[in-house]
Amino acid sequence: MIRDLLVQGVQMALVLILAPLLTGFVRKVKARLLRRQGASVVQPYRDLLRLLRKEAVVAENASWLFRTAPYLIFAATWVAAALVPTFATGLKFSWTADLIAIIALLASARFFLALAGMDIGTSFGGIGSSREVMIASLAEPAMIMIVFVLALVAGATQLSTIAEFMLSPEVGLRVSLGLALIALIIVAIAENGRIPVDNPATHLELTMVHEAMVLEYSGRHLAMIEFAAALKLLLYASLIACVFVPWGLAPAGAGIAALALGLVAYVAKLAGIGFLLAIFETSIAKMRVFRVPEFLGGALMLGLLGTLLLFVSRSL
Amino acid sequence: MISVAVLLSGVAVLLAAAVAAIALKHSPSVTRVIYGATLIVSLAIAATALHHLVSAAAAPSLIALPLGLPWVGAHFRLDALSSFFLFVVGSGSAASSLYGLGHGLHEKAPRRVLPFFPAFLAGMMLVILADDAFTFLLSWEFMSLASWALVMAHHHDRDNARAGYVYLVMASFGTLALILAFGLLAGAGGGYDFASIRAAEHTPHLDALVLALVLLGAGSKAGLVPLHVWLPLAHPAAPSHVSALMSGVMTKVAVYGFVRLIFDLLGEPTWWAGMIVLILGGITSVLGVLYALMQHDLKRLLAYHTVENIGIIFIGLGLALAFQANGMNWAAALALTAALFHVFNHALFKSLLFFGAGAVLAATGERDMERLGGLIHRMPYTSIAFLVGCVAISALPPLNGFVSEWLTFQAILQSPELPQWGLKIMVPAVGAMLALSAALAAACFVKAFGITFLGRARSSAAETAEEVDRFSLAAMFAFAGLCLLAGILPGFVIDGLAPVTQSLVTGRMPVQTEIPWFSIVPIAESRSSYNGLLVFVFIAISATLAVLAIHRFASHAVRRAPAWDCGWPDPSPETQYTAASFAQPIRRVYATYAFRAKETVEMPAPGDRRPAQLVVRLQDLVWDYLYEPIAGVVGLAAGRLNELQFLTIRRYLGLVFLALVSLLTVIALWT
Repeated sequence: MIRDLLVQGVQMALVLILAPLLTGFVRKVKARLLRRQGASVVQPYRDLLRLLRKEAVVAENASWLFRTAPYLIFAATWVAAALVPTFATGLKFSWTADLIAIIALLASARFFLALAGMDIGTSFGGIGSSREVMIASLAEPAMIMIVFVLALVAGATQLSTIAEFMLSPEVGLRVSLGLALIALIIVAIAENGRIPVDNPATHLELTMVHEAMVLEYSGRHLAMIEFAAALKLLLYASLIACVFVPWGLAPAGAGIAALALGLVAYVAKLAGIGFLLAIFETSIAKMRVFRVPEFLGGALMLGLLGTLLLFVSRSL
Repeated sequence: MISVAVLLSGVAVLLAAAVAAIALKHSPSVTRVIYGATLIVSLAIAATALHHLVSAAAAPSLIALPLGLPWVGAHFRLDALSSFFLFVVGSGSAASSLYGLGHGLHEKAPRRVLPFFPAFLAGMMLVILADDAFTFLLSWEFMSLASWALVMAHHHDRDNARAGYVYLVMASFGTLALILAFGLLAGAGGGYDFASIRAAEHTPHLDALVLALVLLGAGSKAGLVPLHVWLPLAHPAAPSHVSALMSGVMTKVAVYGFVRLIFDLLGEPTWWAGMIVLILGGITSVLGVLYALMQHDLKRLLAYHTVENIGIIFIGLGLALAFQANGMNWAAALALTAALFHVFNHALFKSLLFFGAGAVLAATGERDMERLGGLIHRMPYTSIAFLVGCVAISALPPLNGFVSEWLTFQAILQSPELPQWGLKIMVPAVGAMLALSAALAAACFVKAFGITFLGRARSSAAETAEEVDRFSLAAMFAFAGLCLLAGILPGFVIDGLAPVTQSLVTGRMPVQTEIPWFSIVPIAESRSSYNGLLVFVFIAISATLAVLAIHRFASHAVRRAPAWDCGWPDPSPETQYTAASFAQPIRRVYATYAFRAKETVEMPAPGDRRPAQLVVRLQDLVWDYLYEPIAGVVGLAAGRLNELQFLTIRRYLGLVFLALVSLLTVIALWT
């Protein structure tokens, strides 16, 4: 019992500790690919500490929602990230929420972020919020379709069960899973505001989405939001890792050695995914905001196609 | 016998209250008296229904009164299904009455509202209690007419008069379809009580016809696309607490009518019935929310959004029919539970949101979101309650809307086992539509809350708004609390619905309240589980941890400063995003197809000092391609038949003779 709680606690702390590191690592690799030296991989931690030490400048007409939203966004994202298996499956509270609920928790965080963007009543906040909900209106159904594919293949929406099924030999090569992987990558790119959907490095550009929403934030509030964004990137990396590269995951009730192995494997998988993301981002240009629906619509159709194939192949 | 007698006496008290409202019309305290009475009676009815559902649902409570048609009488019955719906109607009516205690004082024409309000409540309750076709139809029509009178309460407004007209036409049409459906169900034998309808044999052709008629009749009341057109006109026109009842509760009575007729009276369903309902539900949910996104009138947005939720409910019902037709009773129970859970949820949050819109209307006199904004500062309590409603209706955890959508998704995931190819292809598509409508709903309510309550005030009315009275707030917070409770302890609702699914599809979901930690597990824990309570607790703990850590280690300093806005803040509130501009990206993505949206920019020539204009044209395809042609044909026929009014007596007699001969010929050929 205590051991289970401890493992769960380690997972909650682990995602917090690793999230800024992953962001820093992606930035570093991108810089190196551009033949720049780049900031150190621990720079995101320094940024967070700097923001925490600064005073928060809040607009005169900001409401309580503006000041509470960062904490709610951070909490919802943290809970969601901690529910995705990272180094072990079958954790103490893994049955609290299945994959659909994890997606919905992220949607809750986004809901409050979009509201916070509109609280001050500036045009930048409005443009960011309205584009964010437009992108989400396509990314979320695409994600649900991916969940359908995984659930139909593994017979469960529970992530631990899906990961265990993916480790078992009965999974085999399936077209639907391939379609789901492509769709999941597209959704992950859009949800995290990476190139080609949004550029996390810009601050003022007409096509920006996420940065426009949080333009009015500063100090500790901004730190919470940046932290939540890093957690979200980690969440999607963990999700891809646990479903499509499940090797090394420690099974439920595993010993210390297996857990340690799982941890090493997890860090290696994160590094691999971060590296691929950096390569992808440096090799592609950002698209116009109204091209994004086509990009995401592709993910939705891939997910739907994958689901349809599974529905149809049941009787063949 | 006892329960149904208690309930009927409650209904009688409501009808007496309607009469009393006319008698007491000059009394200054009439508003308080009537709403107080309806509040107490509705609470009693909800409590009785809940008690019957929980304790004695297996044994229906029957009563026959010597009213109505002499050879039929009036039959009333309380079984599991009706006690659940009566609980929904009773609690919705109670909250609406509580809200009316405060909000009703703003009413400009109370005499047009007070007599019809208790009558409307009584009508809805009688529909649910009725156990024969005649009583059912009579109560249905009574409910429609009472609500029509409430829609026409402010009939001097041109839009309201048109809304009332469209509503009346659609309601009569719906009742006509239901009369025909009951006629077919009763058959040549003509047994009009539900017991003999249930016992009668039906052929597949008859089933198809009855399904079509019930979809027309109950579907038009519920707001299924394309029969939804009256709903966004009529619901907002009524006083706000009546809008809440019409949107949150009366549409549920229509769902009840559908479930009673199709699941209970018609007997064993066919798989294509499920498919038709499923497709209609999917289309309704997506189109409903797209319509809602295009609105800038707060109450109309909410009314259109009801259409979406009805779609979600019908997706659940369609799945239940498909599963039942294939003998998968446990899956049918899951789908039906999801649909009925959503019925309960939608009654809660849609009433809550209409109460909030009514509070905004009372405080500012505005329904147009483009003239609101910044109300979170002026109406702090209303804004909290409205926010809870927005989160709940957007299907976000840990509130209740998410649970019913989650259950619907779980039901969809059981459907690859269905053998029919039509269903195999349609179910994933409907699943995608459901996911799309859930995501669009969140966008819709970011818009509704963000434009109305956040930002800066767009008019002086919004700038000087005052918080509403305590009765209104009490009604809103009661339902906000229930939204949270149903979201974190969904197991109790699911177990409460078990008798209903047991009686309709002879299956039930596993007992949920005995599962540790109040999780809900539709099939098995390894497959899917959700725990609203723990999600809520985890979010609370991690938010508290974050706040504590920040307050321990981070800077406490806060400086209030002008908005940053990238260095170019504009003091005019008109530079904010409006409802129309917020919806613009979504309009470009979806409405180009759904509504043939066209944007034209009129840019004046250089030197011309006219302002540039952006004109957006949306086309309501349902209205243009379905209703306009029908109205055209009816108008044409009426014009032609008009000549019949100016004939001589000789010709009229000739026509009578011809009609007689042709009817006799028909009878001669028939027999």
